[in-house]
Amino acid sequence: MSEPQEIVPVEKSDLVGIVAQLFAEGYRLVQIGCTTLPEAYELTYSFDREYRFRNLRFTVRPDEEVPSISVIYPNAFLYENEIHDLFGITITHITVDYRGTLYRTAISTPFSIGNVKFSEPPPQKEKG
Amino acid sequence: MAQRNIIPIGPQHPILPEPIHFDLVTEDEKVIDAIPSISYVHRGLERLVEKRDFIDFAHVADRICGLCSFMHSLGYCQAVEEIMSIEVPQRALYLRSIWAELSRIHSHIFWLGAAADAFGFESLFMQAMRLREPVLDIFEETTGGRVILGVCKVGGVRRDIDGDSLKGIVNRLTTLKGALEELSNVFLNDYSVQHRLAGVGFLSREDAYTLGCVGPMARASGLAIDMRALGYAAYKYLEVEPVVESAGDCHARCRVRIREIFHAIDLIRQAVGKIPAGPVDVKVTGTPDGEYYSRVEQPRGEVIHYVKGNGARFLQRFRVRVPTFSNIPAMVKVLKGSQLADVPNIILTLDPCISCTER
Repeated sequence: MSEPQEIVPVEKSDLVGIVAQLFAEGYRLVQIGCTTLPEAYELTYSFDREYRFRNLRFTVRPDEEVPSISVIYPNAFLYENEIHDLFGITITHITVDYRGTLYRTAISTPFSIGNVKFSEPPPQKEKG
Repeated sequence: MAQRNIIPIGPQHPILPEPIHFDLVTEDEKVIDAIPSISYVHRGLERLVEKRDFIDFAHVADRICGLCSFMHSLGYCQAVEEIMSIEVPQRALYLRSIWAELSRIHSHIFWLGAAADAFGFESLFMQAMRLREPVLDIFEETTGGRVILGVCKVGGVRRDIDGDSLKGIVNRLTTLKGALEELSNVFLNDYSVQHRLAGVGFLSREDAYTLGCVGPMARASGLAIDMRALGYAAYKYLEVEPVVESAGDCHARCRVRIREIFHAIDLIRQAVGKIPAGPVDVKVTGTPDGEYYSRVEQPRGEVIHYVKGNGARFLQRFRVRVPTFSNIPAMVKVLKGSQLADVPNIILTLDPCISCTER
């Protein structure tokens, strides 16, 4: 299949500006995803325009705040609340902030560092 | 002065038989705000990747939802196949498209029945459920399951369908098409149905786009977004045409789904005419190392399966962004300003699937 997919590393401080630019260019917000790393979180913002799939990515430490993009893309509020509830990341100025009540999970922030078990990569075979 | 009230709807309510909750803020009979609340039955399936081998995990993906079962396993398998550079045999790609379109047909017919029930047309609901049965029979005969199919796997599919059975499926769908034309005639032309749906729950093209709408909801507002255009499975060999309407109301969403049923029947006919002979799977060796976003057009719209592996048997991350989640902001937008009596129709024509949302 191989749909071309672009993942662009960005700085957190540049996020809102770049997202505003993508909005002006006619991209739609497809999703905001988060992945737990051993000591940080990897945030990925996915956009699409005429089947061109572009992703912006940056990492944040657990104690860092992330600016909301819900002022630019109104549907971002749901993804941002989801990330807050499942990962425990603080996202500032969400237009509709559920304040931790969107997800009712048995344990709070189930995807946060400390709750996630990381699989070990297989040992590399030495080249003879 | 109008009296302001808050009406709680869900998670158990006659007009919303799914575990989602809305606080409807009303002034007399007019809804002025809708506050959604989800996650009553969140299952945490995404975290099961920590405990399930990536091959076995296709069964978990299969069980995210009943109506979209096959589409979830398809999306997951495609993502894993992509990062492992697995070439799926052509016959398996065609079979995947056939099962995917059958899933679309049965989901849309189910929706027709549920919508009929919402606007008080119980006999129409029963007729729709009756017409859905032949599709479930085809599932049972070809996969062994009626709801959870379990037929898609990393590297291909578990079962083949022989040529005679494929022709039989096309013949049965041709018969079904006749019955569906009669049924859809009621949805499209009946005065009472039009009166309940036309002009209700309007969503503009601009709002649909900026609110991230997908699937029939986006297409009913004039957006030609259809992930089958990406050409996954066998869609690159088939003539896929996104079904688009422009009215943006409940009736337009109904028309889109009806036209998509007939289009799906045609796609199956095309696929059966072109399916090549050959194996239906390949042996999978190695482990996934990398990441990929697989995008598939479910009955309710674009679904995304993201997988990330580091070379171990257990994936590091599995994320599903389902179409209902993407459509919730638009659902809130449409509910604002609507009449209270129209709320059931509006919610039903958005076709929320909470089973998918609570993955």
